[in-house]
Amino acid sequence: MGETPNLQELLRDWPDRPDSLIPVLQEIQDQFHYLPEPALREVAGHLRVPLSEVFHVATFYNCFSLEPVGRHLVQVCLGTACHVRGAPRVLDRLLRDLRLGTPGTTADFEFTLRTVRCMGCCGLAPVARVDANTYPHLTQAKVPGLLKKYRRKEQAQAAD
Amino acid sequence: MPRLQSLEDLEARRAACVGARDPAKPCLALCAGSGCTASGAPEVLEALRESLKRAGLEETVELKSTGCHGFCEKGPVMLTWPEGTFYNQVAARDAKEIVASVSNGRRPVERLLYRDPTSGERVQREEDVPFYRFQQRVLFGNNGRIDPKNIDDYLGVGGYAALGKALTGSTPEQVVDWVKRAGLRGRGGAGFPTGKKWEVMRAQPATPKYLICNADEGDPGAFMDRSLLEGNPHSVIEGMIIGAFALGAREGYIYVRAEYPLAVEHFRVALAQAEECGLLGESILGSGLDFRIRLVQGAGAFVCGEETALIASIEGHVGEPLPRPPFPAQKGLWGKPTVINNVKTWASVPVIVNRGPEWYAAIGTTGSKGTMVFSLVGKINNTGLVEVPMGITLREMIYKIGGGIPNGRALKAVQIGGPSGGCIPASLIDLPIDYEALTEAGSMMGSGGMVVMDETNCMVDVARYFMEFLEEESCGKCFPCRKGTQRMREILTRISQGQGAEDDLKLLEDLGWMVRETSLCGLGQTAPNPVLTTLRYFRDEYLAHVRERRCPAKVCKQLITYSIEPTLCDGCHACVHVCTTEAILGEKKAAHTIDAAKCIKCGACLEVCQPKAVLVT
Repeated sequence: MGETPNLQELLRDWPDRPDSLIPVLQEIQDQFHYLPEPALREVAGHLRVPLSEVFHVATFYNCFSLEPVGRHLVQVCLGTACHVRGAPRVLDRLLRDLRLGTPGTTADFEFTLRTVRCMGCCGLAPVARVDANTYPHLTQAKVPGLLKKYRRKEQAQAAD
Repeated sequence: MPRLQSLEDLEARRAACVGARDPAKPCLALCAGSGCTASGAPEVLEALRESLKRAGLEETVELKSTGCHGFCEKGPVMLTWPEGTFYNQVAARDAKEIVASVSNGRRPVERLLYRDPTSGERVQREEDVPFYRFQQRVLFGNNGRIDPKNIDDYLGVGGYAALGKALTGSTPEQVVDWVKRAGLRGRGGAGFPTGKKWEVMRAQPATPKYLICNADEGDPGAFMDRSLLEGNPHSVIEGMIIGAFALGAREGYIYVRAEYPLAVEHFRVALAQAEECGLLGESILGSGLDFRIRLVQGAGAFVCGEETALIASIEGHVGEPLPRPPFPAQKGLWGKPTVINNVKTWASVPVIVNRGPEWYAAIGTTGSKGTMVFSLVGKINNTGLVEVPMGITLREMIYKIGGGIPNGRALKAVQIGGPSGGCIPASLIDLPIDYEALTEAGSMMGSGGMVVMDETNCMVDVARYFMEFLEEESCGKCFPCRKGTQRMREILTRISQGQGAEDDLKLLEDLGWMVRETSLCGLGQTAPNPVLTTLRYFRDEYLAHVRERRCPAKVCKQLITYSIEPTLCDGCHACVHVCTTEAILGEKKAAHTIDAAKCIKCGACLEVCQPKAVLVT
């Protein structure tokens, strides 16, 4: 968080054409988990695309975030299959347990909660993803245990 | 890997692939699609590998991780070849027993076989499991047989034979004619005749021409494109190369949702292998055809499933649609003629070339040919991916293949076609599923999402859900869609909170009609469908919300209260433990009560109450 990203290496691979913009932003998002403002300026300069256009694209697409995210990213699926099988209850419980009013990042920066529309695991609804792991058949009762798994790991690492 | 320079090279390579395999050699094919991976397939794979090693069977038994077999509900699932034994809900601890059964005369592991819920009997072979028995898996049939990351597996099941046939034994015009005669219609949603689209493209003098595979499967509740890309990516590539030959394109794109990391990975591997073999690149199979495919990842915008928005996104802009005409086939990517087809449409092309247009056209109904892939999900016993001939009835889908509704509840509606589709009521259960019948019923085929709902789902809530989705995903370019979806969502929210009036229903219908008629692209033009169909088929439910301030399905929070029936409560305290707001009062072993002022209606108590004493009224 907060560091000035060094994008020289990343940008070198991309020609200064408009169609490089989205893949470049995706790589930055992958690397930093958000799009830091200095990075947007650098991309605009390198690709010779107006900064306003870069901002337009960065705010239009759901996969980009202009805010830094917490250590763990919790994504709750709100696709149709998940919705009819009780995803709203799971989301409510996650919000309460993370002490969030709406999806966002916890005060201690441990978790960022996001909602997504369909991960394509509809057969296992309702599902959520924490970092790279997908959890099938969730209920609100399973939420505390799920969070604990990631909280405990953090505490264990801190103790080491 | 030497480049294949001719059809003879391809056939020699295929013969070598087939010859290198002993058909009698046992093979364990574990599903490693996204669904089964989430259910624990990676651990099972590791355990199977370990068990084979311990038993010294590494060389004599092949272990394969395949793409999606479709039956996600029972995952992780696997097949053992050559018998075709189907195991479901396999865990890592079962590995030893599975490996032992392979070595000791192949007696299947009884307890891992599928149990028919009606007869209670175990079913051994995949094709006898009801979920599979009534399907016709033209596109998905090979998913359980091949390793998607190994081109030799695809060649071994006849892959790229259609390409060879097209390149060496036919003309581009003939290929277009086959696709036309097969009656193939776009599998992405609107069902536009593919052959017609191709003809328009061929008639354009401008060059270069481009092909795009639309894999931006944004409909929530649909995942067939994902599964095909994960499980059989070469079938899509083959279809695109044949398309390039027929349409005179040298460059193709595939636009895949970034939310599908496994599909992206498998497709990348397949592209690299096809390039290495010379099936992509210059003078493919010595024919003089040059064609390359670039993979572009979507960035999470539903509207990019619309073809002109998708093109804008590939070009590096925000995904805002353009008015049509001109159609992309006339003026598309970089202003040049471009054919965009869905993943399943491209994958259908090799099938048509291989088996002939007559064979393909014999499947389905008068206006809708071939098979359609649905994701059967929601309140249904057998969730998963289902490939069926067009024209099958909803009843067959839900009861024969889907195994009915869980917990003995009643079917209420089937939502078909994602946010652009509509809710078909249980009374239309004998409706044949094809393009015309669904449109007639106010829904549409869409990309094939089929979400089943039971009596505990509220139709006002479902309409509100879709409108919330569409409001968020509307790109905002045209006013009717941007504002119309917002206003409809506001009205639906009001109704679900018990603050609606009867006039609101008329207002919704008027708004819906206006948005449908005046929006720029398909997103807005179909956005009112979930509202209009629920109003048409479930008006009573809307009226209960506005007249009696009552939610018959007991979903809308503002219209329900939780209480405990004292004669049923055994005072076990389970609900007290799960209640996060301390709203449940009462001593152990005495009937409990709920303090309505503290209750947030989260439903946690309802989920844990064994004697079913928690009432929702």
